[in-house]
Amino acid sequence: MSHTEPPPSSWTEQLRALAPAMMAASPYARALGAELGEVERGMALLRLPYQNAFIGDPSTGVIAGGVVTALLDQTCGYAVWSALDGFAPIATLDLRIDYMRPARPRESLQARAECYKLGRAIAFARGLAFETDPADPVAAAQGVFVLTDKKAGAELRRRSLPAVEGAGEGGGHEPLAR
Amino acid sequence: MTPEVLAAVLARIPYVAHLGVHAELHGDEMTAVLPYSEHLIGNPMLPALHGGVIGGFMELTAVIQLSLQSGDGAPKPIDVTVEYLRSGRPRDTFARAEVKKVGRRIANVQVEAWQEARAKPIAALRGHFLLGAGT
Repeated sequence: MSHTEPPPSSWTEQLRALAPAMMAASPYARALGAELGEVERGMALLRLPYQNAFIGDPSTGVIAGGVVTALLDQTCGYAVWSALDGFAPIATLDLRIDYMRPARPRESLQARAECYKLGRAIAFARGLAFETDPADPVAAAQGVFVLTDKKAGAELRRRSLPAVEGAGEGGGHEPLAR
Repeated sequence: MTPEVLAAVLARIPYVAHLGVHAELHGDEMTAVLPYSEHLIGNPMLPALHGGVIGGFMELTAVIQLSLQSGDGAPKPIDVTVEYLRSGRPRDTFARAEVKKVGRRIANVQVEAWQEARAKPIAALRGHFLLGAGT
């Protein structure tokens, strides 16, 4: 069975270049202050500098879970965008967050997410939030996203996501940290 | 807990001010209020509230409700699942939490957030919280 690779797309490069403007255009992305650190096809990494405004527990300086939720939501969203061949609007349908431990006060957070399955209308993503070591995560996320403009979604959907090939065959539990 | 005490507790939490949340307490019923503010918008084209804002707001609602009921130490989220039902419009958002089960260490809470009509929720959250954390 011959497997046709999509032509090498510059969309990943474009997304990397567009990200600052996309985040600047979104008021809450601006308030959150996360920056796109890395993007590859089907994978995104965001960095979130610590802000005192994020504190949920004033006795320890630990940030609120909602901040971690927002970071993981956004990172999963970028992972989905990076799996497409161009920009299409997406919306979060469902997001599950597991909080493994409190984030360390006054330290930046990172989140890394991958889009491990992309359908015509629905995309599945998962991610981890951590300070420096993905093997010692603060939280894990599993998200389902809707491509709200179905026509654009179908056109922009890639044929395959080589980075996570086999995900549909039970082999999809490769570690997020690579 | 009186409304004044609750307001004083919330006033000490920077994340509460970051979102602009306040709580209305009537007897044992608490409604959390997220007044519309431009900085809460995630998608400027629709426009729609950021999913992380809605999720964080509902999580905060669960924490406030649990604090009202149990009191000792801030409850900490273990896991939450957020279901987005409708896009959050640029208007005030409300949420109420229902504590489904309180054990010695863990509570199960469900939250619904709505805007124009209580019967048309924009999002729902289910989650587990660790009580009396720090012990």
